[in-house]
Amino acid sequence: MELNAKDLTCERGGRIVFRDVSLALAPGQLMQLTGPNGSGKSSLLRLIAGLNEAQTGSVQLTGGSEDLTIGQQAHYVAHQEPVKSALTVEENLAFWRDFLGGGDVDEALDAFDLSRLASYPAGLLSAGQKRRLALARIVLVPRVLWLLDEPTVGLDTASLERLVRVMATQLDGGGMIIAATHVPLGREPDQRLELGRAP
Amino acid sequence: MKLILALIRRDLTLGMRQGGGVGTALGFFLTVVVLLPIGIGPDQALLARIAPGALWISLLLSVLLSADRIFQQDYEDGSLDIMTMGPVPFEMVALAKAVAHWLSTSLPLAVAAPLLGFLVNLEPAAILPLAVAMVLGSIALSLIAAIGAAVTVGLRRGGLLVSILVLPLYVPVLIFGLSASQPGAAPGLTAASLLILGAITLVSLVVSPLASAAALRSYLT
Repeated sequence: MELNAKDLTCERGGRIVFRDVSLALAPGQLMQLTGPNGSGKSSLLRLIAGLNEAQTGSVQLTGGSEDLTIGQQAHYVAHQEPVKSALTVEENLAFWRDFLGGGDVDEALDAFDLSRLASYPAGLLSAGQKRRLALARIVLVPRVLWLLDEPTVGLDTASLERLVRVMATQLDGGGMIIAATHVPLGREPDQRLELGRAP
Repeated sequence: MKLILALIRRDLTLGMRQGGGVGTALGFFLTVVVLLPIGIGPDQALLARIAPGALWISLLLSVLLSADRIFQQDYEDGSLDIMTMGPVPFEMVALAKAVAHWLSTSLPLAVAAPLLGFLVNLEPAAILPLAVAMVLGSIALSLIAAIGAAVTVGLRRGGLLVSILVLPLYVPVLIFGLSASQPGAAPGLTAASLLILGAITLVSLVVSPLASAAALRSYLT
C-alpha cells in the first residue's frame, strides 16, 4: 500500500496556495509537514482526504480497497473538534464508532486517558481534553492513513506522550501518517515536506 | 442502514438535550396560535373558516424557524467533514439529517397542530383530515428546509436567506395541504389534494438529499 500525490496545485479564492507538490509515502512512514502560516498545510491534508479538489494533479492510494475513496480509508483530524457538547464523552465516541464502523470505545478512551471522564458531558471538557477526545476517534476506528492537522495543540506533556505512543502503534502496524506540525513528534519523521518555498 | 440510524439517533438525542429546535419551534407555534384569535376578535364563524389556513401557516413558519440549524453545528465543528469520509454516501447523511429534523420538529408540530386547533375554533370534523395532511406535508417541509439550510450553511445568520429561498417551494405544500384539510370540500378534492401532496413529498424525498449534499460539498471544498 502506498500513497502517491503528483503535481498537486491548490487554489483558494483565486490565489495559488501551492504549486506542483508531489509526495510518496510507504507503509510505516511518518511525514512531517511544515511551512509558514498560510502555506497550505491544511489545504494539502484536505486535498489528500478528498475534502478539497485539486486544481491539477492527482492523489492515489495504491494497494488499498478499490471500492473506497482515500477519504474512506483515512482519518482527518482538523483544527476544530467534531465534539458535541450535549453528548457525554462516551456517547461522542460511540456515535463515531457506529457511523464509521467498528472499534472499541473503551480502548480508545483509555488510549487518551479519558476513561474517568467517560460519562461527563463533552461540553464540560477543557480544550486539551476535547482535543484528546477528537484524537481518540483515530484510535477507535482503524484506518490506514492518518492526516493530522496540528494534532498537538492544547495537549499537555503526558497527552503528547500518549499521542506519540498511539502514532508509533499505527506506524508499526503498517499505517501511514502525515502530520502538519512544528512540534517534535517524539520520533524522527521518515520524510519532511516543507511548503511555502519557491519551487 | 445501521449507520444512518446511528446518525438519526444522535441528532434526536442532541435535539432533546439542547432543547433548541423543538422547544423554539413549538413555543413559536403556540404563540402564533394563541395570539391569532386575540388579534382577529371573537367572531367564531370567521375563526372557524380561517382555522386550517392559520394552522398551516403557523406550521410552515415554525418549521422555517428551526430550519437553519439542520446542518449548522455539524458544519462548524467539522463533523460534516468526517461524515463525508464515512462509508455512507453523503446524500444519505443529508437525508438522515432531514429525517431527524422531521422527527424532532416537524412531526411533533404536525401532530400537535390539529389538537391546538380548538384555540382557533377549528371544526371537530376538520381535525382528522388536517392531521393526515399535516403529517404528510411536514415530511416535505423538512426535506425542503434541509435544502435551504444546506445552501446557507456557511453563512452567519443565514435564517433570513433560508426563508426567502424556501418560501416559494413551500407554496405548493401550503396550497395542496390546505385543500386536503377542508372538511366541507367536494368528495374528490380531498383525495386528489392528498395525492398531489404525497407526490410533492416523494419528489422532495428524491431531490432534497441530492441538492443538500451538493450544496454542502461546495461549502466543504
